[in-house]
Amino acid sequence: MSRARDNDEGYCIVAQNLRKSFFSGNKEIVALHDCTFKVKSGVVTGLIGPDGAGKTTFMRLCAGLLVPDSGSVQVLGFDATEHFLDVQTNIRYMPQRFGLYEDLTVRENLELYSDLLGIEPEKREDRYRILMDMTGLAPFMGRLAGRLSGGMKQKLGLACTLLKPPRLLILDEPTVGVDPVSRRELWEIVYSQVEQEGMSVLLSTAYLDEAERCQEVILMHEGHVMGQGVPDRFSKPLSGHCFMLKPAPQKKRALQRSLANRDEVIDAIILGERIRLVTTEAMEPEAVREFFGLEQTVEITESEPRLEDAFIWLLKERLKKLGRSVKFKTITHRKVAGKGDEEVIVVKNLKRRFGDFYAVAGISFSVRRGEVFGLLGANGAGKTTTFRMLCGLLPASEGQLYVAGKNLRKARAKARERIGYMAQKFSLYVDLTVLQNLRFFSSAYGLFGKKQEERINWALEAFDLKDEANSISRDLPLGYKQRLALAAALMHEPDILFLDEPTSGVDPLARRQFWAHINSLADAGVTIMVTTHFMEEAEYCDRIVIMKRGRILAQGTPEELKKRFHPPGITNPTMEDTFITLIEMEGA
Amino acid sequence: MGSYSSSTEKKLARMRLRGLIKKEIHQILRDPSSIGIAFFLPVVLLLIFGYGVSLDAEHVPIGIVIEQPGPETNAFVAGFMESEYFNPVFFQSVQQAESALLQRKIMGIVWTRSDFTRRLLGGAEAPIGVIVDGVDANQARIVQGYITGVWMKWIASYAKAKGKLLSVPVNIKHRIWFNSAVRSRNFLVPGLIAVIMTLIGGMLTSMVIAREWERGTMEALLVTPVRIREIILGKVIPYFFLGMGGMALSVFISIVIFHVPFRGSYLALGLASALFMLTAIALGLIISTAAGSQFVAGQIAIVITFLPAFMLSGFVFDINSMPLPIQIITYIVAARYFVSILQSLFLAGNIWPIYIVNCCYLAIMAALFFMIIKKKSHKRLI
Repeated sequence: MSRARDNDEGYCIVAQNLRKSFFSGNKEIVALHDCTFKVKSGVVTGLIGPDGAGKTTFMRLCAGLLVPDSGSVQVLGFDATEHFLDVQTNIRYMPQRFGLYEDLTVRENLELYSDLLGIEPEKREDRYRILMDMTGLAPFMGRLAGRLSGGMKQKLGLACTLLKPPRLLILDEPTVGVDPVSRRELWEIVYSQVEQEGMSVLLSTAYLDEAERCQEVILMHEGHVMGQGVPDRFSKPLSGHCFMLKPAPQKKRALQRSLANRDEVIDAIILGERIRLVTTEAMEPEAVREFFGLEQTVEITESEPRLEDAFIWLLKERLKKLGRSVKFKTITHRKVAGKGDEEVIVVKNLKRRFGDFYAVAGISFSVRRGEVFGLLGANGAGKTTTFRMLCGLLPASEGQLYVAGKNLRKARAKARERIGYMAQKFSLYVDLTVLQNLRFFSSAYGLFGKKQEERINWALEAFDLKDEANSISRDLPLGYKQRLALAAALMHEPDILFLDEPTSGVDPLARRQFWAHINSLADAGVTIMVTTHFMEEAEYCDRIVIMKRGRILAQGTPEELKKRFHPPGITNPTMEDTFITLIEMEGA
Repeated sequence: MGSYSSSTEKKLARMRLRGLIKKEIHQILRDPSSIGIAFFLPVVLLLIFGYGVSLDAEHVPIGIVIEQPGPETNAFVAGFMESEYFNPVFFQSVQQAESALLQRKIMGIVWTRSDFTRRLLGGAEAPIGVIVDGVDANQARIVQGYITGVWMKWIASYAKAKGKLLSVPVNIKHRIWFNSAVRSRNFLVPGLIAVIMTLIGGMLTSMVIAREWERGTMEALLVTPVRIREIILGKVIPYFFLGMGGMALSVFISIVIFHVPFRGSYLALGLASALFMLTAIALGLIISTAAGSQFVAGQIAIVITFLPAFMLSGFVFDINSMPLPIQIITYIVAARYFVSILQSLFLAGNIWPIYIVNCCYLAIMAALFFMIIKKKSHKRLI
């Protein structure tokens, strides 16, 4: 084992000029471009970046599951390509989809991995007890893994990797699809293991707020490493650059839009009733007013810099260097008729039953014209079921449901004409080109001839899809797919737009561009209804409801909810704090 | 690996393999589709082939047109009435009979002209007209054969009665060997066992492995100390026994319910089945290395295992009557050898030359497939 010592000078992973590409049809997609970096031992390192950054590819290379095109990666001193068995004996790896057998019980999953890891039978029960207590799964030992909630599955997956504490733990997006409470618990487990066992952890995430919990981060984008260091190293230089502005409510979107495209601005996003502004130069709050010509009524306070600010900054610099535009575009949409306060979606005591299980157990809310309305909740809260009923895809069991003035329980087809729907995971025909998709969706909505051509041209223009018009949709980057899906949902100029988890996985700039589109639609009077498990995204909404187990726990503006529900002692709660507080209050 | 002594390593390897097999058994027991393919499907297929599909023609509706009835024609028609193969329907004219044929109400027409009796008595040739619906070529040939049979029988008895020979010079005497009742069931059902085992070995195995890739469990499995041969054995062993179970069930149903004779040795049957099961599973494993999803694995398995076992194994269609290029292809269909073994064990008994030669082919194919698997399998994603 002398080789294991040689390269082990405080680093568990050493990557040198690592390159890996794949073929999709005839197109070569480079997942990693000559990456060189080291991962420290004994700490939690986050591999941070949106989908397509190369995180999973890197982890698979480390686990010896892929062979690099060139370069090398040493894991715990072993070459991951040559000595993959040694690597696989000493590390544990949890792939994105847990790697659990859903048709085995919790105990059978633990048994399988104990057998594979060679744990002596007499030591197993003690180990199970410790892990099950830690993950809170003890009461569910006999339950099939497939019947666990997303959070519990993830914890079981983690428990299986910890049966025999490894020297290095690799977790690929362990918190995707996990509610904030379980997410917090997962982090606690990971940190307790790092402290108790002194193991090294490499985990990937697309959530930048989560990245701040890592001791070290590696920021990645499109197969390139943009930077590495402690999270503070990135965010600290931006102190004095970040501000919260509070304009008059009706002006916030216009103001945000004008600020976002200024060259002196790194980032401008809507957070509840405020706008968070990050400038390229440090300045005093009052200087901000002067510099950007803000009205006297706008309240300005300084704000703490975050890792996401730094990520966006790095990303914009990178894109500018590559000659790509970093300006946000807006889209045009016909003005939707109607008065400002008209209620276009009314839901009263809505229920949906599957067998004797109520997926939605009596909810009531209403959405006004031109409002951006968010539906929040963990997996299994009833968001998607509610959504499907609102779109007329699923009949309601009980209650009243009016969309665009039509009773959806009676006149489904009529209401549907005025609805646009963008499904989760961008349900496009991946084998068709961009143009063919647009043509198909527009004809599905009854457009033909000149009108159809007009709308297709509008879509290609407005969503920057012109250059990719003849590309197969499968090969498009995620951000393009998302724009195409939005374009397809807007072909018939709907009054109401439903978005189901519209931005999961896309990079922060693409997410901002998406919301720039959404906000311009809202300005034209389009009513937007969105589900999300992104707590920050909830703050882009005018009003939100938070759901759990088919019921509404709370509804109101993000600001109101944050004021009403927060952990004791915290003055400036995030939406996530509020969400966890609410869920735990309800649990008690 | 050097850090463990070889006996510890052996113990660990056994523990890993046991764990994998245990897991597979739990999955098989919980997955209705595995149980379905292994036990329910054999029953259904056997019932369909045992009761429903029959290559024998029975009660075939046949049109009979007698232009001028007489004692000779009556005797001739009586031959059709008595036969269990035909349901005669009488027509006044050929035109009527033809339109019934076009509507598929009857399968064929037998037609005696108005001068039939006169010519027959006059000692001249007395031909009958026969029209057979040739849409189903197989059926047509059988119907034609039966009509000829009735015709021959009548000629023979007529000649005997008249004490002279008509224009038919020989007396044909049929004797069918091995399957004296000429029940198609007797050779279809044994062949079906090969098809059922192909389904379990090829389709089920390839699909459960594809499922592991699809659900990401394979990825997690690979990054453990497990060796690739343990993963392969962990699949081969449980599905081998599942397939043998399906085979035993099929044999039991064939013999007990369908009364298919079994004249060979059960030990020989078990041994040949084991060899065939290995080739089927090996093919399933090879398919799974090429297919990324259950859907694709299922499709490939149908095309390269199930359909050839069905069509090119000699189970339904006789290999000798296939065109030469197709005959050549049948040599790489493992089911061909197994069907040959099955049919001889069931219908003829232990014909050792046939048995040994076919077993050798199966063994060679199994060895070849496992060599391919050994070369193609590795602990990598692509």
